[in-house]
Amino acid sequence: MHKSRSIRLLVFIVIALAAFFLSNVVDELRVFQGASLSVYIVAIASIVLLTGYSGQISLGHGALMAIGGYSAVLAHNHWKVSIPISFAIAIVSTAFFGSILGWAAARLKGPYLAGTTLALAVGLPSLANQFSVLGGEQGLAFDVGAPPKSLGSDFTQYKWYFWICALAALIIVWITQNILTSRYGRQWRAMRSAPISASLSGIHIGRSKVLAFTISSGIAGLAGAMLVMTLNLVTPSAFPLSLSFAIVTGAVLAGVTNLGGGVIGALVLVAIPDIADLLAGKMGGAEKISANLPGFITSLILIVTVLLLPNGPKLSKLVSHKTK
Amino acid sequence: MSLIIENLTVRHGAITAIDSLSFRVNERELAAVIGANGAGKTTLLRTLSGLNEPIGGSVTWHGESILHTKPEDLVRRGILHVSDGKTVIPELSVKENLALGGLWRKDKKDVVVATDEVIDLFPRLGERLTQSADTLSGGERQMLAIGRALISRPKLLLLDEPSLGLAPLIIDQIFQTLDSLRHKLGLTVVLVEQNAMSALGIADTGIIINLGKLVTVGKSNDLKSDPNLRAAYLGY
Amino acid sequence: MRLFSTLLIGLSSGAIYSLMALALVLVWRSTRVVNFAQAGQAIASTYIGYLVISRTDNYWLALPVALVAGALIGALVDVALIRTLNKRVKSGPAAEMAPVIVTLGLLGLIRSTVGMIWGGDLKAYKAPVTNHGFTFGTTTIPFSPYNLLIVITAVIVMAVFSIIFQKTNLGLSLRAAAFQPEIARLAGVRVDLVRTIGWAFAGGAGAVAGVLVTPSNSLSPNSLDLLLVLGFVGAVIGGLESLLGAAIGGVVLGIGLAFILEYVSTSLAFPSAFIVLILVLLIKPSGILGKKGGRGA
Ligand SMILES: Nc1ncnc2c1ncn2[C@@H]1O[C@H](COP(=O)(O)OP(=O)(O)OP(=O)(O)O)[C@@H](O)[C@H]1O
Ligand SMILES: [Mg+2]
Repeated sequence: MHKSRSIRLLVFIVIALAAFFLSNVVDELRVFQGASLSVYIVAIASIVLLTGYSGQISLGHGALMAIGGYSAVLAHNHWKVSIPISFAIAIVSTAFFGSILGWAAARLKGPYLAGTTLALAVGLPSLANQFSVLGGEQGLAFDVGAPPKSLGSDFTQYKWYFWICALAALIIVWITQNILTSRYGRQWRAMRSAPISASLSGIHIGRSKVLAFTISSGIAGLAGAMLVMTLNLVTPSAFPLSLSFAIVTGAVLAGVTNLGGGVIGALVLVAIPDIADLLAGKMGGAEKISANLPGFITSLILIVTVLLLPNGPKLSKLVSHKTK
Repeated sequence: MSLIIENLTVRHGAITAIDSLSFRVNERELAAVIGANGAGKTTLLRTLSGLNEPIGGSVTWHGESILHTKPEDLVRRGILHVSDGKTVIPELSVKENLALGGLWRKDKKDVVVATDEVIDLFPRLGERLTQSADTLSGGERQMLAIGRALISRPKLLLLDEPSLGLAPLIIDQIFQTLDSLRHKLGLTVVLVEQNAMSALGIADTGIIINLGKLVTVGKSNDLKSDPNLRAAYLGY
Repeated sequence: MRLFSTLLIGLSSGAIYSLMALALVLVWRSTRVVNFAQAGQAIASTYIGYLVISRTDNYWLALPVALVAGALIGALVDVALIRTLNKRVKSGPAAEMAPVIVTLGLLGLIRSTVGMIWGGDLKAYKAPVTNHGFTFGTTTIPFSPYNLLIVITAVIVMAVFSIIFQKTNLGLSLRAAAFQPEIARLAGVRVDLVRTIGWAFAGGAGAVAGVLVTPSNSLSPNSLDLLLVLGFVGAVIGGLESLLGAAIGGVVLGIGLAFILEYVSTSLAFPSAFIVLILVLLIKPSGILGKKGGRGA
């Protein structure tokens, strides 16, 4: 156990170093995609924890990301807190909201929970339109400032975003991984595969589910804060229903039970707009095609994956064996 | 012209519920299939009615295979399965449950005739036509299930433990009705039972199975008096 | 007067929620799937109605065309997607989630396809009668001839549904197949076919809901998302199992929201619907009709 943990830590450090090295050699667009990748990895991790481990479904994590995004921006703009603090506030406030939601969710069966969270994804972001403190349709600007001078004069804004996002993603994935291998992770898994015997062996199922929902929401909140940072602003339209779809797709691609697979899911999500652009160009490049092709591809991948690999890609099984 | 089962094998995952089973039931005969819990009786009937898929063997009825055919198509060929347990649709009324038996039939006049016959046969159903089937007693449910099958004008009737959970008096009644019906209508019947004595009492042939395998086939009278079988399988 | 008019407005929007709720319940009962793609199916049908309106300027032609299109799309979804899914995913941890995820994916697929064909800009959908409120003497109430038309159309659709379900052989087959598919099969009901017909009915009801609601808003690829949510809330209020419950649930929700919009605040409509949803699910998951495990007609 201890040994595997230190190996894992080593792997994370190597990945971090590689990422930071890479960010210096690739072009600006790729750096920005690196930031998006980090956002998706964090968002998918929140679903993996919730759905893959505690067995609860959520189609509304886009809405939770919105809560995180708005919290971070409000905190940053009103209290002038630093980035890490605003991110922390995003995590805490979304987790708080998630704990309330989770309290209800723990009592709902599959399709009801799916419908309820979908309702949230549809309704919550548009709610922001109605409150002036949230900036309405225009949203609120989120300026985290230029990169520190000490990083050199050619250190670009995007690279700065990437560094922040990548670091946040690494830390949160590290923490999530530890949670999943902890007592709670084992409880969730026991609860999911054999709810009755789990409750007989003393696991408080309700409480355990609420905990999973709370943690998952916190992680989603962080993803939301990271997202709005890369966008420079927070608006209701930053959290469309298609964002919730995309996260679910990423998690399904990851086999739902596997954090490592989440990276693959996130890579696919980041690559989809590029692929869509390519295809849209071939199809004449009309605006309505290029605007909708990414959503089309994401949905198609989602359906095909579930039909062909209902229990997740085999690959994820190999990986999850290793991490056990 | 009969029901011929050859080397039938059916699995549920790793469990082989029916293991190269062969026997035949002549037309207009009543065959009682006897066996302990888990012997594979229900699986056998479900396979005959198209609900379960076998992995091997053949079953022919009137010379034509009935395997790999949907239950609803077999119904149209006169094969009616009255399954065990909850055999009626509790959300529907008694009348609607009966009507289901005639829905697919073209000869609507005969559906009316058949329905009247069923109501004559089971007057208790007639008194409860508009009631929800949920409110029926166990015996009435069994009548309803058999009645619904009769309205489909069956040729081959597959009955799964009609005595399940019923009082001895009612069991006798159901078995007597069954016996007179099959003679009157010229039915071929496969009757699955744990209640061996009653079943063999009205059967022509007895088929004893255990763990999916055939133990013995014989005239029901011979089986009833075979002391070894009585001790091992018939339980009386 | 204000009270009465609010009630009428609620009735008119509730009628539309009822239709969407009906569509969801029809599919849920027969297939045990909450069909999130219902909003997608409805939006595709509504755009097909839009084609008719933009060519002929005739709402009365658009409505039946959309209805038929919705029914066909519904049947197609069942045959092409849901049957495959049920064959492929029988057990395993995915069996419960797979239908949810597939219908979600289908919603995304249809929305983006519609977007690729018609673009994302808002399209106007002309109402066949005026949307200006009735006038009594000097006062004009918000309830308009168009609102009245919505109520009448919805009532007709539901009456036809209830006749089909209660009085016809097809209806009996539909109910039998939904409640006890195996027993229905053994009685000779062609369950697969009947289920597809159920999906077609649901598709038709959703399409009518889409065509009815659109003139009051405007049409875009995601303009029916909220309707899906409100239809779901209506269906849950009615217990998700009962067609009558769906009809009542939708109307109750519509009237409730109308009062909140009128007397409390316009920004509270969605939060109230959401809270109602959660409260019903927590307190009375079997819905207001509330038979335990209640599966009425
Ligand atoms: N759906 C199923 N999945 C897995 N195993 C099954 C299934 N149905 C039956 N079995 C197994 O197949 C064997 C035969 O079962 P079956 O129901 O045919 O027996 P039976 O003779 O009808 O028993 P009983 O008298 O208790 O009704 C049993 O071991 C049972 O556990
Ligand atoms: Mg049995």
